[in-house]
Amino acid sequence: MSARELTEYEEYSREVYDRKGTDAPKFQVKSGLTPEIISTISDEKRDPDWMRAFRLQSLEIYERTALPTWGYPLDGLDMANIVTYVRPDARQSHDWDTVPDEIKNTFEALGIPEAERTGLAGVGAQYDSEVVYHSIKQEVADLGVVYTDMDSALRGEYAEMVREHFMKLLPATEHKFLALHGAVWSGGSFVYVPDGVAVDIPLQSYFRFNAAGAGQFEHTLIILGKNASLHFIEGCSAPKYNVANLHAGCVELYVGEGSRLRYSTIENWSRNMYNLNSKRATVERGGTIEWVSGSFGSHTSFLYPMSILRGDDARCEYTGITFAGAGQELDTGTQVAHIGRNTSSRISAKSISKNGGKSTFRGGITVSENAEGSRISVSCDSLMLDSESRSDTVPVIDVRCDDTDIGYEAKIGRISEQSIYYLMSRGLSENDAKGMIVGGFAEPISKELPLEYAVEMNRLISLEITGGVS
Amino acid sequence: MTKPLLDVRNLHVNVGEKLILRGLNLTVNAGETHVIMGQNGSGKSTLAAAIMGSPMFDVSDGTVEFLGEDITRLSPDKRAKLGVFLSFQNPEEIPGVTVENFLRAAVGAVTGETPRLFKFQKELFAKMDELGLDRVYASRELNVGFSGGEKKKTEILQLLMLNPKLAILDEADSGLDVDAVRVVSDGINKYRNADNAMLIITHNQRLVDDIKVDYVHVLDDKHITLTGGAELISRIADGGFAAVHGDITE
Ligand SMILES: Nc1ncnc2c1ncn2[C@@H]1O[C@H](COP(=O)(O)OP(=O)(O)OP(=O)(O)O)[C@@H](O)[C@H]1O
Ligand SMILES: [Mg+2]
Repeated sequence: MSARELTEYEEYSREVYDRKGTDAPKFQVKSGLTPEIISTISDEKRDPDWMRAFRLQSLEIYERTALPTWGYPLDGLDMANIVTYVRPDARQSHDWDTVPDEIKNTFEALGIPEAERTGLAGVGAQYDSEVVYHSIKQEVADLGVVYTDMDSALRGEYAEMVREHFMKLLPATEHKFLALHGAVWSGGSFVYVPDGVAVDIPLQSYFRFNAAGAGQFEHTLIILGKNASLHFIEGCSAPKYNVANLHAGCVELYVGEGSRLRYSTIENWSRNMYNLNSKRATVERGGTIEWVSGSFGSHTSFLYPMSILRGDDARCEYTGITFAGAGQELDTGTQVAHIGRNTSSRISAKSISKNGGKSTFRGGITVSENAEGSRISVSCDSLMLDSESRSDTVPVIDVRCDDTDIGYEAKIGRISEQSIYYLMSRGLSENDAKGMIVGGFAEPISKELPLEYAVEMNRLISLEITGGVS
Repeated sequence: MTKPLLDVRNLHVNVGEKLILRGLNLTVNAGETHVIMGQNGSGKSTLAAAIMGSPMFDVSDGTVEFLGEDITRLSPDKRAKLGVFLSFQNPEEIPGVTVENFLRAAVGAVTGETPRLFKFQKELFAKMDELGLDRVYASRELNVGFSGGEKKKTEILQLLMLNPKLAILDEADSGLDVDAVRVVSDGINKYRNADNAMLIITHNQRLVDDIKVDYVHVLDDKHITLTGGAELISRIADGGFAAVHGDITE
């Protein structure tokens, strides 16, 4: 059966995502940010000395850095109320059977163990601030591939490699929430793929947020040697609470010469989430980074994965979609720095807004003086489902090299009443007709996703259309 | 006596301030084929839209009944479920949705049960073969980049798959080559039986050459001014609407 059943809007509610784990955390820090809280986190995590110092230094940077002056307001976010570290009552395991039931059931409901059995090379599962499950298939490990939680990576065989790369692409000085991340980060995954190794099936890390009024700050570090390839999938979700939650993860990707990394994300946050995430890749000669990104939910999002095309002939592709519903302000986009010669970037962004949702796409592209022969193509396409919703595109293109080829296309449109009527005349309800049109609009993105995720994305779209009531 | 399939009474239709139909009456019984003719802009597509329930038109007076049920205020999907079908003069393009996925959802919506994929595909391909539509069109995006004729054939494909009680064909033949018109009229003949009915809007004689027509209506001055038998078609084809003007029955 075709996986891209755009037509099957089966009954589905948000219940799966909204399921609140009733487990009590084992430990959590007080809300707010103080050097004492940071030291407590270091104690809890048994940080190496350099990391202790790094956290405290990041806190200092945080304190002297101002909030962004652009983008949607962050007034509803008060760090004094955020608990930055919540340890679940579970030890990290390689066996789902030893994960406490309440936590395991959440991941079961999200389909993670099932996906692992059917098509993943490894899985990491984080619950609040700590990874509760991490495993890699033996065949893949035998190729020399390393896939572990970050705490293990900090202390294990690759400790030096981690230290050399940690927050070097995205330094704490870059913006206030990266400084925050540097101070309180916890969890996440580390991947290393050695030279010449192609990992044929994807690895997936899933970040599940359960505690109310807390923050999640996972760190993902992926390093590909030369001529290696990997598809990494990141999934995120959280139940809904009445208080603000904060997600400020950090993803650093190092793509070696001739290597290819695909980084796919399906984020599905509840509407109380401030999602202030940072992602960046650096690509060496002849390498490729492919971002596939579906951003759903959250109250406010700031998210702009950046690709630094350092080596000659490096390439990047960004395929992203956002869906902004009532009360949501999603500021997303991508940045590309063309540094090497003959580098190319292809950006295809889509946004959907509904019931007064606001969506802004920022495309930031720089071409340096020596990046001769760079090719850039940007296409943004926005679909508004009603007249209250807003959609903007903000291209910022800075080209310092004459020999550059740029194509830029932006379309903003309203969903066609005539199309809805056409589909309804064939028996589809208004919601199903809209869902089908929006699903079709999103199809160029969903076809880039692995099967189950494409199906999940279509479900999320129909959930957004029906407002979660089936 | 059994209820008529379609009973349009005193229909008044507006677009904004503009009155397009004023006091139109039309009755269609099961087993009948009706043809509607009329000059460009006379309101034929508007009538079709009012019967299908287009939100773009406003029924300011009168009623549309289907099998005795007043459907004047019913949404288009509910009408489709009752058995009303409209082959659009200008079918919409729906990017990213394949003909197959769309039709499977439509059949599921109309019958209340999504058909099994394999069985559905078999039926779909058989119908596509009959219409001379290459099977690759099943996985093409609905009407996107289709030629005028391909769009019309796809509408007829939908008709055959959904098997409605009343099929309204709004210029199903426009833009079709000679052979394609034959394919479409064959398709229509396969669909027609004693329990269903057709309302054909056309400017051409060719389409109805091979179809048994029971009634022909002329739409003029915002309502039906003349009703006759199949012979009206050739009279209009030969002498234009002026040739039948004196026959006005009102
Ligand atoms: N959305 C609309 N807004 C304004 N006027 C409209 C609209 N739709 C139809 N009309 C007008 O209503 C009248 C009837 O149009 P309709 O499409 O029903 O004609 P028709 O008989 O189907 O013509 P044709 O043979 O050219 O298809 C025309 O004058 C047309 O311009
Ligand atoms: Mg017309």
